[in-house]
Amino acid sequence: MDKCYLGVDIGSISTKGVIIDEKYNILSQNYIWTEASPISAVKELISTLSIPKGYKLSGIGTTGSARKLIGLMLGANVVKNEIICHAYGTLNYYPDCKTILEIGGQDSKIIIINNGIITDYAMNTLCAAGTGAFLSSQSKRIGVDINDFGSLALSSKNPVKIAARCTVFAESDLIHKAQLGYKKEDIVAGLCKSVVLNYLNNVGKGKKIKEPIVFQGGVSKNIGVVKYFNEILNTKVIVDDNSHLMGAIGAAILSSKESSDKEYNLNMNEINFETKGYECKGCSNNCEIVRIIKDGKLIDSFGNRCERGTIAK
Amino acid sequence: MERVIAFPLMGNYYVPSSFLFSKISDCEILKPPPITSKTIELGSKNSPDFVCTPFKYTLGTYIECLEMGANTLIQMGGGCRYGYYFELQQKILSDLGYKFEYFNLVSMGHADLKNIYKIIKKINPKLNKIKSLYYFCLTIKMVKYMDKVEDYIRQNVAYEEEKGKLNQLFDSMLDDFNMVKTFIGLNRVYHKYKKLIESVKLNKPKNNIKIGIIGELYTLMEPFANNNLEHLLENYGVEIKRFTNVTYLLFEKGKKTKKYLKKLDNVKYKMGADAMDNIYYTKYLIENNYDGIIHIKSSFCTPEIGNMGIIGKMCEESDMPVLFISTDTNTSNVGFETRIEAFYDMIEMRKKNG
Repeated sequence: MDKCYLGVDIGSISTKGVIIDEKYNILSQNYIWTEASPISAVKELISTLSIPKGYKLSGIGTTGSARKLIGLMLGANVVKNEIICHAYGTLNYYPDCKTILEIGGQDSKIIIINNGIITDYAMNTLCAAGTGAFLSSQSKRIGVDINDFGSLALSSKNPVKIAARCTVFAESDLIHKAQLGYKKEDIVAGLCKSVVLNYLNNVGKGKKIKEPIVFQGGVSKNIGVVKYFNEILNTKVIVDDNSHLMGAIGAAILSSKESSDKEYNLNMNEINFETKGYECKGCSNNCEIVRIIKDGKLIDSFGNRCERGTIAK
Repeated sequence: MERVIAFPLMGNYYVPSSFLFSKISDCEILKPPPITSKTIELGSKNSPDFVCTPFKYTLGTYIECLEMGANTLIQMGGGCRYGYYFELQQKILSDLGYKFEYFNLVSMGHADLKNIYKIIKKINPKLNKIKSLYYFCLTIKMVKYMDKVEDYIRQNVAYEEEKGKLNQLFDSMLDDFNMVKTFIGLNRVYHKYKKLIESVKLNKPKNNIKIGIIGELYTLMEPFANNNLEHLLENYGVEIKRFTNVTYLLFEKGKKTKKYLKKLDNVKYKMGADAMDNIYYTKYLIENNYDGIIHIKSSFCTPEIGNMGIIGKMCEESDMPVLFISTDTNTSNVGFETRIEAFYDMIEMRKKNG
């Protein structure tokens, strides 16, 4: 039987899953919304992914902001941060890639690669402007479906100027411009451009962006944003068809590197997972301790700063 | 009125400072409660929003101590905004209605023995000059020993065979330091523990990862302020080099900064607080083949903001990974851990691939 590996990337907005074989070809994939409940999102995701006949699951990798929780839930052999997973995933398709631009729902990052080795990275620290969450909240305000955002932006000939410094300024700029009667497509194009400018000013500040440049994360599906990256960087950024899955692919690749002969199964539906918060009263830190309960049994807890908050399994 | 003395917390330096005051005065010394999120809440509630974080931490500790019955507060002042903490905190605390006396031992980073003696004389009028000088020197020696041992632990704690052994020995050394009365006694305790600590079995790989941590002094030295950065790195198996400690700040900085300045071609003058020192450390870490540098500071720390550009450029030119981190009063450390983990993974990946 051939081996295959599952990678799950649980972001704040969307949950991505892929199953790859030993040559890193994608056997099965899916992309669904997290909707603030990673556990049920992952259950749904797993039920839609299928392991082809003749394969056995030999490793599970998780990444994204809920990686720890889901790693526990799935019994993953690799739980890794997004930066490393994105780099591994991308390098698999573009081994000579030098810069990875990634814009996700809550955070954005830039990864600089030299000869296949990460040499520098940065994540947005202070501000959520220039992320997917900002774009999707504004799309609701304007009344344009987020899926049509990019094509609408492309139709604009005269994008409005929108402050890129911070969401609060950007939003008030946007309202003013709208009330002045600017066309919707011009405003949408202005928003796409402001995301790019904000990204380059915040995350990309001081980083040498060298070609080839790969752009990924959910926002890379927005052709408007891609257009302005091309325009402002004066080059052509690469957007892979699987650009939204790169983190999950990276997690799966990493799990294949550390896999053993153990076989994993994906029968999640009958198992009941639950997270229960608990405030430790050991001192005035009042740490919020997260307990993960599987079928009524405590499997792990985290969130404590010291031994006082440790709960026996 | 009986005096109850309190001072802010920073790392393990509570031990020597309480030792000194217990010897040269007969006042009660209040052990400040450990810094918790409540301390920070109290501190930031009563601080100007854009002040640097150590101000909020120390103010919070003072309020907690005053509530516990302290009436004499001790502060020091450094060569940056830290130099104005004294006046501002005094004003804020009096406005809150607390009754207390407040003393600034070190003004603008200069440890002037005469001035310190004058202040201590105020706290304890019966003070004997010779005796106080003796204990002052003894405390300095104690701090120096402490810093030496901590340096050793930082380099090796990630590799001990029996986890927790080194820190356990260090804690009992501090306990024994409290009992010390003379130089002979202090030396005896130090050498006893030095031997014990050096005999702890280590599994140190030859090609281990070494990271230097530099930045603003308080955030570097108080684990609660830096989200337990050192502990996090230890768990990854990293050897840590930290230059900043109290020995350096109070007793060596004066001489060494001149030396450092001469060795740097790109800096012509001291840049306030430890800004120039950190540039020198960057040079040192690059020349001594360290694998990475973490620069950590409290938000709005002006001297450190001043050196970040130069440090970034030096690291870029010599292909040295560097991570800049600012902390404020936030206590959630998930994002922090992701950044440190990625930094470690990046270094490991670079190292593996030559």
